[in-house]
Amino acid sequence: MANLGKIARRGGLYTLLGGFAFFGAFPFYWMVIATFKRDHDLFSPLNNPFLFNEPPTLDHLRLLFFETHFVGYLVNTLLVGLAVVVITLLVAVPAAYSLARWARGWGEMLGIGIFLTYLVPPTILFIPLSRFAGFFGLQESLWSLILVYPTFTIPFCTWLLMGFFKTIPKDIEEQAMIDGLSRFGAMSKVVLPLSISGILTVVVFSFTLSMHEFIYALTFISVSAKKTVSIGVPTELVRGDVFQWGPLMAGALIASIPVAVVYTFFLDRFVAGFTMGAVK
Amino acid sequence: MTAPPHPESSPAACRGGVLDREGALAKLLIAPAVIYIAAMIGAPFVLAILYSLSDATTGDPGLRLVGLQNFQAALSDPVFRLALRNTFVFTLVSQSIVIVLSRILANALLKPFRGKGLVRFLVLLPWTAPISLGTIGWLWMYDSIFSPIDWVLRYLGLLGTATALLGPQTNLYWLGVPGLAMASVILVNVWRILPLATVIQLAGLSSIPRDLLEAAEVDGASPWRRTLMITIPLTLPIVSIAFLFGVVFTFTDLVVVYVLTRGGPVHMTQVLSSWTFFKGIEAGDLAQGAAISLFMFPVLAVVAVFILRMARRTEVV
Repeated sequence: MANLGKIARRGGLYTLLGGFAFFGAFPFYWMVIATFKRDHDLFSPLNNPFLFNEPPTLDHLRLLFFETHFVGYLVNTLLVGLAVVVITLLVAVPAAYSLARWARGWGEMLGIGIFLTYLVPPTILFIPLSRFAGFFGLQESLWSLILVYPTFTIPFCTWLLMGFFKTIPKDIEEQAMIDGLSRFGAMSKVVLPLSISGILTVVVFSFTLSMHEFIYALTFISVSAKKTVSIGVPTELVRGDVFQWGPLMAGALIASIPVAVVYTFFLDRFVAGFTMGAVK
Repeated sequence: MTAPPHPESSPAACRGGVLDREGALAKLLIAPAVIYIAAMIGAPFVLAILYSLSDATTGDPGLRLVGLQNFQAALSDPVFRLALRNTFVFTLVSQSIVIVLSRILANALLKPFRGKGLVRFLVLLPWTAPISLGTIGWLWMYDSIFSPIDWVLRYLGLLGTATALLGPQTNLYWLGVPGLAMASVILVNVWRILPLATVIQLAGLSSIPRDLLEAAEVDGASPWRRTLMITIPLTLPIVSIAFLFGVVFTFTDLVVVYVLTRGGPVHMTQVLSSWTFFKGIEAGDLAQGAAISLFMFPVLAVVAVFILRMARRTEVV
């Protein structure tokens, strides 16, 4: 009897997990189907939509890669993402180190202040920032995104790295300074190598958050060839009023999966960053 | 960034000097971040407030202050009032569902089972994939003719025949009927925030000391009692944090509504962020747009205070 109850509980657990996995992943399964389905099959309301009623095809992928700006969107996304990663590291690493080592009084307030700016949403900032982009002559340029995206990466990454640096004991640096390194040398030669995993986390987040971003890209960029993937796919793969569902789904799928795989490995740290002291 | 001069040979001999330099170094290192944040978050925020008090448009962005006219105009606009209401409804309904579901999912994920890596990947997909692309998948699932949900309903005989439970029409038009369109938007918001809330709850649940639960079990406390007296009180702060972050992200989100409905049908799913975009950017009325977006600020300020308070409280525990 006890054994039966155990089996039932296992079954219940797997059903529950299966249900959640289905809910989370179904839209992506739906993209896979549309990517490889022939148009005739895709647009027959009587066909079973979950299966291939006609042999699969690579037509949509061919169209996506050779007849749209999709590859350009990927390149633009990559360029913006890399630039944002570099800027974020250059600004957030020293700031976080400073807050972690010397935060007393004003330093602590400043740390909290920097974290709070993360809560000021793009939906409030995008109107004035669109004027900034215009003022600097950066409308329709990827540079406008590179200038603006650190508004959400720097506050968050500074906060995240501050936590990392605090876990590295001060003694190690003091020892290094007694051994003849300068204050700055102790930071760059001793502390930074010990924080590689924190820095890697920052690299991943800055890149994924830049890739996910929608509202600034939508506001600043309307020339098709300059778009990033998160706005290019939803706004450009439409002919007149007609969505080109096959290539559209293929584009969404191809751009989503790699970044999702990488992000999954780092999500725990991301969450540890913004739950602050609440999780120990 | 340049390296400061090396300290003198004996660190003890010039302690004062080192401390002086440490203070300078501390300020030097943090300066770029402070300057950037002031210029790119602080200044635009102030400019948003100035715009909201002016009559600026994209054609004529000069600042002539007109007082609170824009806020009055927004409040007397029925579309704005609808957007304000929708923003609250979408956020509160979706986040209430998320809190319940994320607790159930987090509990399930804590148990040992095969294929955990894969399940974790699939469950987290809505948060880890770019939201605009995930929402595009939903747009195709809500298609007015080729929706797979409608197909299943027809297959089960619930739709499309004269006696069917949901009516004789062949499709439900998920995004075309006001009530259904609101439910569709809420569902996508739930789908999107659930992974985030689950990971936050997982962190909270796994931080409960094992021995505490075991001690309670030895003392004869029933599973219900252990949940009620130990798990819930100890994880309440983290649950609140999951809820508050979900609120921030949903309350200010533009993507789901923009991609799915553009606020339609006839503004029935309009929210503050989408209305800000349509007024401020597409219609070019910077002043109105800024005023509409600033209606979000009080809610965000309250949420921020709660988040800080929660974080402080848990540090004391």
